[in-house]
Amino acid sequence: MTESLATYGLYFLIGQYPNGPLGGLALTILLGASALVLAMPVGILLALARISDWRVVRWPVTGMIYIVRGTPLLMVVFWAYFFLPAVTGKKTGQFTTMLIALAIFNGAYLAEVVRAGIQGIPWGQTEAARSLGLNYGQTLRRIVVPQALRNMLPSLVNQFVTTLKETSLGYIIGLQEVAFIASQVNSQVIVHPVAIYAALALTFFVLCFGVARFAGWLGVRT
Amino acid sequence: MGEFDFSVVTTGEFRTWLVSGFLLSLQLLAASWLLAVPMATVVALCRLSSVGVLRGFGAVFVEGIRNVPLLVHMLFWYFAMPELLPEPARNWLYEHNAEVVCAVIALALYSGSYMAEDIRSGIRSVSATQIEAARALGFGFLAAMRRVVLPQAFRIVVPPLISQTLNLWKNTSIATVIGTAELMYQTQKVETNSFRGVESFGVATLAYLTVSLVITAVAVGFQRRFPVRAI
Repeated sequence: MTESLATYGLYFLIGQYPNGPLGGLALTILLGASALVLAMPVGILLALARISDWRVVRWPVTGMIYIVRGTPLLMVVFWAYFFLPAVTGKKTGQFTTMLIALAIFNGAYLAEVVRAGIQGIPWGQTEAARSLGLNYGQTLRRIVVPQALRNMLPSLVNQFVTTLKETSLGYIIGLQEVAFIASQVNSQVIVHPVAIYAALALTFFVLCFGVARFAGWLGVRT
Repeated sequence: MGEFDFSVVTTGEFRTWLVSGFLLSLQLLAASWLLAVPMATVVALCRLSSVGVLRGFGAVFVEGIRNVPLLVHMLFWYFAMPELLPEPARNWLYEHNAEVVCAVIALALYSGSYMAEDIRSGIRSVSATQIEAARALGFGFLAAMRRVVLPQAFRIVVPPLISQTLNLWKNTSIATVIGTAELMYQTQKVETNSFRGVESFGVATLAYLTVSLVITAVAVGFQRRFPVRAI
């Protein structure tokens, strides 16, 4: 067992890096973090469209959010996997595919979080800002969204934990993230499936539980 | 991308594959749901118990399961768990669709841990004075629970449970990683054999969406029929 750990430990953490592409746990964290960073602006834009006064904007975006939320993430991943190359004309790597699928999927979820956050800010804030002479965009940017974001922090932490877990679906399209690496190690070692998959589960537990606890320590209650 | 021809995947052998996958997905949903709800209720009651050991068990169960991705649960229950079983049990499992049984175990545990938290917060949201008042009026603990607390908690708990059911439905698709022949697996198979990506994934997306919309409609209907009352 300790022998396997010595042989495969580093592979599990960073994949073939620096002799090959980055993989393993490092890739999982990198993908999760970049997906959330990318999903955030998507979520804010979709939320603003969802509460817009213009029906041409509100209706299609509302429909799109319902469709994405009613579809399994795996389906979104497959659509991205097969159709990004068709749209862009270039072969898309697994990392980019997963990143875009996660950004769209989580964007649709964050849109509802952001919308609830914005609608939770008392209307008096908007009225006061408008009567002070700020226009609609300034009111949103300077008054409403900053307050809403602070109220949304607990949901954002939850969403980050969810995103970290969702990166494991990269396994299915052959992305070398930590679950894929663990399965590869398992097929080489063969005799220790319990230890290997338990170690994989424990890794995710420490990562996700750690993020939630760290946020709690920073004063974000989830 | 050429012309789309949906009739290729909606007739003959491909149609049979997709329909059987859809039916298995629905069966996975039903079986996991029926296991998850009682399990979640027990875990929620453990977490609300005044006995420390039970509270500890509930917390470990919920946090331990929720913080591990469903895909990893699937891999663990399918590839690792059978190794821990005694020989006869393992043989029984491999003779009885191991990939379906393991998928149901993973799905039930995963949704059960989410549902447990919804049930717990629903029960907690009923004001403590309600149970005190019921006890003061002479109800026993169980009678107070049954007649006063649970009917109020019911209205609060059911909507999140329906939304967990929706998540469970979408999560059945992950069972494809261990080769459970549900809708996602069959869709990939049809795609590989027909080279009709848009058509096969389009039909499957529509099937997933239809069931999701039905579940959403049930949620809306419930909230109309049983609105949460202000106390």
